[in-house]
Amino acid sequence: MQGAPALTGEPDRRFVYTARDYATHIMAVADAEIRKLRHDPWELVSRAVQPILWLVLFGEVMAQVRGLSSDSQRYLDFLAPGILAQSVLFVAIFYGISAIWERDLGVLHRYMVSPAPRSALVIGKALSSSIRGLSQALVIYFCAALMGVALNFDPAHIIVVVLLIVIGSGLFSTFSLIIACIVKTRERFMGIGQVLTMPIFFASNAIYPISLMPGWLKTVSSLNPLTYEVDGLRAMMLKGGVSSFGIATDFSVLLACAAIVTMVATAMYPRMTR
Amino acid sequence: MLTRRFGAFTAVDSVSFYVRAGEIFGLIGPNGAGKTTLVKMLTTMLPPSSGQGLVAGFDIAKQPAQVRKRIGYVPQLLSADRELTGYENLLLSSRLYLIPAAEREKKIELALNMMGLTEVRDRLARDYSGGMLRRLEIAQSTMHQPAILFLDEPTVGLDPDGRNTVWDHVRSLRQQTGAAIVMTTHYMDEAEELCDRVAVMHNARFAAIGTPKELCALVGPQATLDDVFVALTGHEVKKGDEHDAGRPSLNR
Repeated sequence: MQGAPALTGEPDRRFVYTARDYATHIMAVADAEIRKLRHDPWELVSRAVQPILWLVLFGEVMAQVRGLSSDSQRYLDFLAPGILAQSVLFVAIFYGISAIWERDLGVLHRYMVSPAPRSALVIGKALSSSIRGLSQALVIYFCAALMGVALNFDPAHIIVVVLLIVIGSGLFSTFSLIIACIVKTRERFMGIGQVLTMPIFFASNAIYPISLMPGWLKTVSSLNPLTYEVDGLRAMMLKGGVSSFGIATDFSVLLACAAIVTMVATAMYPRMTR
Repeated sequence: MLTRRFGAFTAVDSVSFYVRAGEIFGLIGPNGAGKTTLVKMLTTMLPPSSGQGLVAGFDIAKQPAQVRKRIGYVPQLLSADRELTGYENLLLSSRLYLIPAAEREKKIELALNMMGLTEVRDRLARDYSGGMLRRLEIAQSTMHQPAILFLDEPTVGLDPDGRNTVWDHVRSLRQQTGAAIVMTTHYMDEAEELCDRVAVMHNARFAAIGTPKELCALVGPQATLDDVFVALTGHEVKKGDEHDAGRPSLNR
């Protein structure tokens, strides 16, 4: 190899990467994030305030508005799954900030020079975001139960709710990671984060039914993954909850979106340390 | 011959060199000379625009995963996670480098011991001094016994005591593991003291390469590395305190 800068060492046995190694890598990343949350749980506490305000203040008032809820279902019942989906979105969408922060500090370099495949880094981070989403769910279930929302505590339903939150958190946090890769600075991200959250939130069925929307907005909301997250949660969280699209559709849409953002993020994430 | 362009700008221009096993190789040069870009290419973070590089026997562009398994890298930036304890930082690294679960605890213990961090293992890294952080980062980058260790300005922002400790650890690492060490530095005394060979980088190219003695001989009989630096790059040698802004200095 004349002319090639050869940095010492004989090529020893090539290391063969197994599925188990992949799992180790994903868990390594997720575990580090969970440990950070345990050192500083204050973040989880402060994040719990917003959904409570939405349920208690917004919910109680809007429940008085005719037309928002059908006779058979109180508005608060309708709202609770929407607020859960919303808080999952809000927590996940600003996750990109911490990705930029890690890049600025240098922590990201440590991950990027390690043998962990970039997709394992992306998925590990996405999973850790799910933990934040699940902690939100706990608070919202507690609060909703106190407010008399007809929650369904059937274990099978709870498991599906957990899956929906894990996929939803992962999807939106990874989307956020893509945005972070594009905008690159925290300042720009703060602005973009706000601009993105509102349309995703309002062009969904989170706080009002799709039937109230004008035609064009109905189309937009049917392309919005949050709509399917809310639909699935509504069917699973509530006693007698019904899905408008079918749970299988909800999961398919969410998983497909999650797969797409994961692939895009895997390609873009390494550019952050260039 | 490695080259990296950013648009019309050439950051590294046809650089060619080799490093021997067990050698400490220094890269010196003014800011913007291309040191960091070169190191980023060799650590697989940045693909070369043209040319080929072999690290630990593998091609940096074609087999980055094989390369990553065999290198350690301590960036100039603060790469230990300050929100984790020293132990947890090492646990993370041991998993990223796929050290078998049965050996992890032992290796972590060993690394903590070697770097003198056993007593503070369960303290958050944010409470560490600058020197402790550096030692933790070196431990994180060497747990998997890399064939080559890259150190980017390893002693920036450290007090003389901290620098000496890092130097000692770099030397003993080379001795114990036989790893090659590639380091960038702004300190000529560091290059002179630690490095077997030094490359002076200027305007994206190697202006000279050789042992510190050979380089000094290029300039004159009584020349120091400082003189070599000035002669080859036309830049003043910066003094230590001008670089202290690079890293948060937490010395007490």
